[in-house]
Amino acid sequence: MDSLGGRIFATICLLATMVGILALIVLLADVLKSGWTWLSIDFITGLPSILPEEAGIYPALIGSIYLMILTAFFTLPIGVGTAIYLEEYAKDGKLKRIIETNISNLAGVPSIVYGLLGLALFVRALQMGSSLIAGALTLTLLILPIVIVSSQEALKSVPNSLRRASYGLGATKWETIRNVVLPKALPGIMTGTILSLSRAVGETAPLIMIGAATSMFTTPDGLFSQFSALPLQIYGWIQEPVEAFQNEIAAAGIILLLALLLTMNSIAVLIRNRYER
Amino acid sequence: MTNSLDSTRLRNLKEKGFKLLFLTCAIISIITTLAIIYILVSDSISFFSEIPITEFLLGTEWYPTMMPQEFGVLPLLAGTIMITVGAAIVAIPLGVATAVYLSEYADKRLRKIIKPILEVLAGIPTIVYGFFALTFITPILQNIFPDVGIFNAASASIVVGIMILPMISSLSEDAINAVPDEIKRGGYALGATKLRVTTNITIPAALSGILSSFILGISRAIGETMAVTIAAGRTPNITANPFESIQTMTSAMVEIGSSDVAVGSLPYQSLFAVGLLLFIITLLMNMVSQYMKSKYQEVYD
Repeated sequence: MDSLGGRIFATICLLATMVGILALIVLLADVLKSGWTWLSIDFITGLPSILPEEAGIYPALIGSIYLMILTAFFTLPIGVGTAIYLEEYAKDGKLKRIIETNISNLAGVPSIVYGLLGLALFVRALQMGSSLIAGALTLTLLILPIVIVSSQEALKSVPNSLRRASYGLGATKWETIRNVVLPKALPGIMTGTILSLSRAVGETAPLIMIGAATSMFTTPDGLFSQFSALPLQIYGWIQEPVEAFQNEIAAAGIILLLALLLTMNSIAVLIRNRYER
Repeated sequence: MTNSLDSTRLRNLKEKGFKLLFLTCAIISIITTLAIIYILVSDSISFFSEIPITEFLLGTEWYPTMMPQEFGVLPLLAGTIMITVGAAIVAIPLGVATAVYLSEYADKRLRKIIKPILEVLAGIPTIVYGFFALTFITPILQNIFPDVGIFNAASASIVVGIMILPMISSLSEDAINAVPDEIKRGGYALGATKLRVTTNITIPAALSGILSSFILGISRAIGETMAVTIAAGRTPNITANPFESIQTMTSAMVEIGSSDVAVGSLPYQSLFAVGLLLFIITLLMNMVSQYMKSKYQEVYD
């Protein structure tokens, strides 16, 4: 039997745990309550407008989806390639330690600093302008550390006996990686990558820094086209002086953004559960 | 014979090629770091050739786009510190208590429900937290304290605290879980209650890991941008009153970044000077946090 003090302590800890959970519930309820009635097919397929009743989010939604696909296209090979080098090729030594320390430092760099990098490197030096591809490359560098670390975990979880069996059959290192290690690690890699992409989709600050628009009336029509994205459009609405934009319309946009993230996370969890063990 | 030799050579070439390809991928992360440092430093150097570094670090006025221009970073630093301290006051006690509850008291089933919920909290975009602060927390504060402005530091601090809470609780929990059972059993064998074991043995043993989670959480709060930009306003202001509007380093960068400043102008370059300061502060904190984490991992792993 625990003492009275012990029970009080346990209760305090329980209550503290509940604060986090409660915060999430209240946040979701607040957003749903404000935005639910404004969410409609017209809102999703419509263009932005100065009238709250006619405001739509379509260009930003498509912008976010393009951005996500492009970011995945850049991130996946570089992230997995780095993880393969670190786990399969690099010997435990100075170079590996430097690269790994560097990656964990990069993971802690604030996202707005990546925005400055994107602005100076992609938008200005490489003259891409505030384009879709500049945005995707900026987000790629931002989430690369997370993709690398989660891919490393996936590669680590492949048992060494499989590698040895493959070598025993005369396979080379690359053949072993391609035919044995990667297929086995793929679900873990996909799960990690999708989760990182959902972080990229929610990012606002780096896109503001590279000069992306908060409101666009057209969907992007090429890699070098201007674009907006869901979080940018939501930010634009929150900045509006009109109450209906600031509260209801922004909330409707947030519901859509959260729904997109929820879908992505569910896919990631589904892949993990399906292929684990 | 020559054929099989050729194919062996081809195979070897292929092997070398792929190794080189993967090494190139790994080098990209190093190049990224060098590129960040290069762009921050090179534009900062042009900035500091116009504005003396002492004026930047010690100046108490920040008016980058108004005439006369002032580039004193202290008001922004003060704003960042205020948000960070407020967030730490919210997140540290809650985070540690959550970690203690999950690792020491919650049964397995409950933990399996609570942990994913906290992960969801960690995955909410910061813009959503900004909306929540502005439309929910600020009105509540205004009801309790009549002199709270629409934009105020308190609301932003609370929401940033909620944002870093999952990070602190999950990393602290890892640290507490890494404390070996033998040490705790030793305490029980001496007749200590669970409370005593937790507060006098487990937490002190996990302390370096717990502190490392604080530092990482605080570093995240320093770099937090959107929630602060939306909820705390844009008034560069050295004040101790959390009900006033303030401006952080990050939100000052957003303000300049979203206005049309000419490339190469002083306000444009000031972005990189503030960015460099932010980068140095967060990098140092991350390094300290990693060092402390490796300390506890060395002892128990």
